[in-house]
Amino acid sequence: MAGERKKRILIAKPGLDGHDRGAKVVARALRNAGMEVIYAGLHQTPLQIVNTAVDEDVEAIGLSILSGAHKTIFPKVMSLLKQKGISDILVFGGGTIPKKDWGILKSIGVGEIFPPGSDTREIAAYLYKVL
Amino acid sequence: MNNPDYMEAKKYGEDISLDEELYRNLSGFHIKSLYGPEDIPKFDYGTDLGLPGEYPFTRGIYRTMYRGKPWTIRQLGSLGSPSEANRRIRQLIQMGSTGVSICLDMPTIMGRDSDDPMSEGEVGSCGGVAIDSLEDMRNLLEGLPLDEISINFVSNSQSPVILAMFVAVAGEQGIPLAKLNGTMQNDILKEYQAQKSYYFPPRPSMRLTIDTLRFCSENMPLFNPISISGYHLASAGATPVQELAFTLANGFTYIEEGIKAGLSVDSFAPRLSFFFKAHNDFFENIAKFRAARRIWSRTIREKYKAEDPRSWRFRVHTQTSGSSLAAQEPENNIMRVTIQALSAVLAGTQSLHTNAFDEAFSIPTPRSEKLALRAQQIIARESGVINTVDPLGGSYYIEALTNEMESVSYEYFREIENLGGVISAIEKGFYQSAIADSAFKYQEEIEKKKRIVVGLNEFVTDEEMDIELREPDPEFEKQKVADLTALKKNRDLNVVKTCLSEVRQVIQGSDNVMPVLIKAVKSRVTLGEIINVMRDIFGEFREESIY
Repeated sequence: MAGERKKRILIAKPGLDGHDRGAKVVARALRNAGMEVIYAGLHQTPLQIVNTAVDEDVEAIGLSILSGAHKTIFPKVMSLLKQKGISDILVFGGGTIPKKDWGILKSIGVGEIFPPGSDTREIAAYLYKVL
Repeated sequence: MNNPDYMEAKKYGEDISLDEELYRNLSGFHIKSLYGPEDIPKFDYGTDLGLPGEYPFTRGIYRTMYRGKPWTIRQLGSLGSPSEANRRIRQLIQMGSTGVSICLDMPTIMGRDSDDPMSEGEVGSCGGVAIDSLEDMRNLLEGLPLDEISINFVSNSQSPVILAMFVAVAGEQGIPLAKLNGTMQNDILKEYQAQKSYYFPPRPSMRLTIDTLRFCSENMPLFNPISISGYHLASAGATPVQELAFTLANGFTYIEEGIKAGLSVDSFAPRLSFFFKAHNDFFENIAKFRAARRIWSRTIREKYKAEDPRSWRFRVHTQTSGSSLAAQEPENNIMRVTIQALSAVLAGTQSLHTNAFDEAFSIPTPRSEKLALRAQQIIARESGVINTVDPLGGSYYIEALTNEMESVSYEYFREIENLGGVISAIEKGFYQSAIADSAFKYQEEIEKKKRIVVGLNEFVTDEEMDIELREPDPEFEKQKVADLTALKKNRDLNVVKTCLSEVRQVIQGSDNVMPVLIKAVKSRVTLGEIINVMRDIFGEFREESIY
């Protein structure tokens, strides 16, 4: 494993919602699990998020959404990535996203969704598995 | 093995765990297996407790408590559209709610109109009402007895504008300002510390807060212009003792800023109210309220020299813990909420909001909302706990815990003072780190099973629970934007321009902003337009992202 680059993950809070407890806990847990975490902070637009992901050369973007705007924000991020011809960045999510919407999100290419109560060790294990 | 508890248990053939880590409350205090007189050695009834309704109010702020006046059952009456929210409020009143809280949607919370590009996908979000113009406030409050029902606006950074709209609508309804009941949350400090819906840097925000405080103290004697909120600190991860200490320190800061602005402490301290969370640890929660009443009354009287006994009273609204609700087996949340609500009542709250069990997913359905309200009515009318005032007063455990909450709070006060006070502590990132640390520690405790959440990390089943969820109306945003576009077209643009330049002038100067804002909203200037002028002058606050 010597010399292997640490996994780089962008954690972001898109939109207007400021509930950042989950995003911060996950950011710290992934860092403790040996990843390089970039926390983009609050009130990010989809374009800012995608640009940061490119600039920081991350392998995955985790979006934390508790405002109910997941059906607007995920599609925007996915289409921006597509526009830029990026297909190797995983987008996954967390927050108050009802299970019945997971199918819609997965159908546009979003990875795993982690609802409230998720174990951060599972999130780290998932990222190590798929990346 | 000379632990006395262990020896005693052995004698009876019992086996007890020696893992002291398991017996800690949410603040991290070690809890003994038994409390007795030795745990409150210098206890003095008159000094430490006193009668309910008397200084230092440890036992409650009123002599007869719920016999004299039941707590206000205050549920959320907000749903995207102002008219729909109005209908929901009427239903709640009909079901027995005696007050109501109105949440705003994310764009309104962030000072953006519904047609702002940043608002896309979030209009009517989070179960909040979209307020762009006076028209929306009018629809929201239509036909409600504003001088009878107490309305709590869960409004913060945008409060001067929301207050201006409330005042304007009350005027249209012919209700004198002096009779207006209700509360504006208007607690900007906790926004920087936890909830993060700030716009401007802390100091200009504080100036706006003091303007509203002054306006209310001069014109609206029954209105609560600030509800100093620990709830959001706790939701972001603060422990109960951090919630207690940080909230009170914020309260003292408003007192100091008011005094600095030339207000006499007794002219506004009686109208400051508080907002706490009722979290899972039952007795810890009760001790938190008792300590809060004692610290507040002593400090306001002794340090800030308030003479009016009403200034010494810590009046508090409570909400059960949204962040304790589990998405796994959501119906279990009904029991969690009931236990938390009972602790708030035994703690002597003035007002209570019980969460609905489905809030880990979405905003409540009418059914889940009704169940939440019924929990309060069952506690109030069936359990008998309200028959006597402060039934737990004098319990060795409760009093020892109250003392401990109090003394740890004073340690935090000293720490904040050493950082140069609350605003400097915000600027230095103190709260962001302290709260993020607590949130992370809590998560670790759950994952290591040092804290149990039934259905989540213990007694887990893989059964899928199918619950009905409320669906947001996908058409609402389009309609709201269309309505706003029409409103913006049908105004006298010259009047709008004049109003906005008056707003600019008053913001650049030092006069109270309220009269100018009231005039502006009456001229159909929108909330977003006003806030944008302020952003332009005050600048925007960006926090350093600490995790």
